[in-house]
Amino acid sequence: MSDIAVELRDVSKTYDGARQEQSVRAVHHINLAVRAGEFFTLLGPSGCGKTTTLRMIAGFEVPTSGEIFIQGKPMSHVPPYRRPVNTVFQNYALFPHLTIEENVAFGLRVKGVPKAEQERRVREALELVRLPNLGHRRPSQISGGQQQRVALARALVNRPAVLLLDEPLGALDYKLRQAMQFELKALQHEVGITFIYVTHDQEEALTMSDRIAIMNQGQVLQVGTPVQIYERPVNRFVANFIGETNFLQGRVIEVHGNRCVVEVASGVPVVGSTYDGVQVGDRVSISIRPEKIRIHESQPDPRPNLFEVRVETVAYIGSDTQLQITMPHGDRLRVYDQNDLSTVDESYFYAAGDQAWISWRPENALVLKN
Amino acid sequence: MDRKVLRSFSFWYFVVATALLYLPILLLMVFSFNDSTSLTFPLSGFTLRWYERLFQSGELLRSVWNSVAVGVASSLVATALGTMIAIAVVRYNFPGRGVVVAVAAMPLVIPYVVLGVALLIAFSQVNIPLSLWTVTAGHVVINIPLVVLIVAARLIGMEPNLEEAAMDLGATYWGTLFRVTLPIAFPAMVAAFLTSFTTSFDEFALAFFLVGPEPTLPVYIFSQLRYPSRLPIVVALAALIMVASVLLIVFAEWLRRYGQQPSRPAEATGRVAERLEPRPLRSAGGVS
Repeated sequence: MSDIAVELRDVSKTYDGARQEQSVRAVHHINLAVRAGEFFTLLGPSGCGKTTTLRMIAGFEVPTSGEIFIQGKPMSHVPPYRRPVNTVFQNYALFPHLTIEENVAFGLRVKGVPKAEQERRVREALELVRLPNLGHRRPSQISGGQQQRVALARALVNRPAVLLLDEPLGALDYKLRQAMQFELKALQHEVGITFIYVTHDQEEALTMSDRIAIMNQGQVLQVGTPVQIYERPVNRFVANFIGETNFLQGRVIEVHGNRCVVEVASGVPVVGSTYDGVQVGDRVSISIRPEKIRIHESQPDPRPNLFEVRVETVAYIGSDTQLQITMPHGDRLRVYDQNDLSTVDESYFYAAGDQAWISWRPENALVLKN
Repeated sequence: MDRKVLRSFSFWYFVVATALLYLPILLLMVFSFNDSTSLTFPLSGFTLRWYERLFQSGELLRSVWNSVAVGVASSLVATALGTMIAIAVVRYNFPGRGVVVAVAAMPLVIPYVVLGVALLIAFSQVNIPLSLWTVTAGHVVINIPLVVLIVAARLIGMEPNLEEAAMDLGATYWGTLFRVTLPIAFPAMVAAFLTSFTTSFDEFALAFFLVGPEPTLPVYIFSQLRYPSRLPIVVALAALIMVASVLLIVFAEWLRRYGQQPSRPAEATGRVAERLEPRPLRSAGGVS
C-alpha cells in the first residue's frame, strides 16, 4: 500500500441554490495528497472551503465531482460510519446524556467490542489525554478544555487511520489554546495517526503542521511545509495571509536567473528574487516581510536596496519596535526592529519624524506576478 | 404618570385579574366540602359526603376509567406519530416539508366543534360505529400538534452535530436514532405525552360528537348536570381532577425543562424553543 493516507482527486462541491446564480461553489477542483503519519493543515479564511473539504473526507458531504481515496480506497459510496476516520468537532459534540466514559466508549460499543476491552481502551484513551479521573461526570460538568480532551479521546479510542480536526481549539482561551497546540503535536507523534487539521489561525498552523495547504475561494493555492509557505509564498494572497508583509508595485526591468530588478517608481530600482519566472516588462508585486528589513540610524556603507526614509509612526511592543516609514518616492513600509538592547533611555529609540536608512537583502524581497 | 401610582395600579390590576381567574376554582374547592345540595352562600357546614358518594358511584368511576384509557391510548399514539413528524421536519429538508408542518399543526386552529362534526360524518360514512375508539382517534388528531411542537423544540435545541458525531463513531442511521436522538428527545417525549393526556382527559367537544354508549368523564359530567341533587358530587370530582391536572402539568413542565438544559447555554436554543412553545394549556378544571 502507498504511504498516501488521504487523496483528493479533482474534487468539487457545489451547493445548489433555488436558482442557478444562487449556487455556491464551496470547493473547486482541488487535488491533495496527505501522507500517512503526517500532521496536515488546511488553512484559509472563513468560507474558503476548508471545512467543506474536511466534511467530504469524513463523509458528511458528498463531492459533486471528483473522488476521495482513503488508504487507496475510493470513498464515494462509503457512508461516514464505515470510513476509517474519526472527527473532532469544533464544538466537541459530546453526547449530553452520556457520561465522559460512555462518550469515549461510544464508538467501541456500536462496533461491539467486548466489554473488558472497551473498559481498558477507554481508560487508556482518557490517560492519553490526561483526564483519568473524570469518567463518571457529564460533559456539562467539565470545563471547555476538558471537553476538548474528551472529544479527542472519543475519536482516538477507535484507532482511526486518519483523525480529522475541525478548528478544535477555536473555543478555548488564548493561553489554553497555545498549550494545547504543543500537546496536540506531541500526541500526534505519540499515536502516529495522520491528522488533518482545519484552522483559520496561521499561528496554529505554523506551530503544529508538517505541511500546510493554503485555501481560498474553494481552491488550494499552495501546499508546503511551514517554512516553504512563509518564505516562498507562491502569490500575493498567500504572502499576505501568512504573517505580515509589505507590497511594492512595479515593473520588471532586468532578470538574471533568480535575481531581478524592479522599477517601483520612476528611477527607483529594487533588487529582488523571483521563483515563478517573471519576464522583463511584467507588472509585479514585491513582498518584503517587516522583520527582514534592516533600519539604520546613520547612513551605512553602500549596499543594494538602500533608501533614505522618514519615520512616520513608532510602536514599542516589547520584543521589537514596529515602525512605519515613508520611502522617498512615497511608498510606505512597516519595519520591525528587534529590541536587542535593554534600556530605558528614550533617545535610544526612533521617534516619529526621524530620518533613517533602510535596506534589505535581495533574497528578502520576493517578486511575485500580479 | 407618577411611578408610585403606576406601581400600585399594576399591583391591584394583578390582584383583580388573578382573583377573576382563580376565585371560581377556589369556590369549586370550597363548595365540594359544603353540606348542601345548592351551591349558594352562606355555607351550611363541612362534609366529606360528596367525596364519599363520588367513590360509590360506579357509573362515574367507570367514566373516569374510560377517560384514562382514551387519554393513555391517544397520547401514546400521538407521541409516537408526533415524534416521527418532528424528527422528519427538523432533521430533513424534503419537498413538501412546509405542507407537512402545516397539516400537522392544523388541528390547533380548527375549532374542536368543527373537527368533531367532520369526524362524525367521516366515521358514519365508512360505517364505523361510535365508541371510545372513535374518541381516541379524534384525540390523536388534536394531540399530534402538541407533540410535534414540544418534541421539535427539543430537537432544534439539540446541538446540530451530535448525530453526525454518532455516525462518525460508527453508528448507523438506526443506531444514531436509538442511541442519540431518541434518548436526548426522551424528556420532551414524556412531557408531550403528559400534556397530551391532560388535553385528552378534559376534552369535551370532540368527545361529545364521537362518543358511543360508553361516556368519557367530561361527557358524563355534562349529562349529570340535569340532576340538581347530584351537582355537588360533580363539583367534588371537578375539584379532584383540578388538583391532579395541576400536579401533572407541573410535572410535565419540570420534565421538559429538565430535558432542555443544554450542556452550554445557547441563546439560539431558547429563542427557537420560545417560538415553538405550545399554546397555554387550558386548565383541566370542571366543565363550565
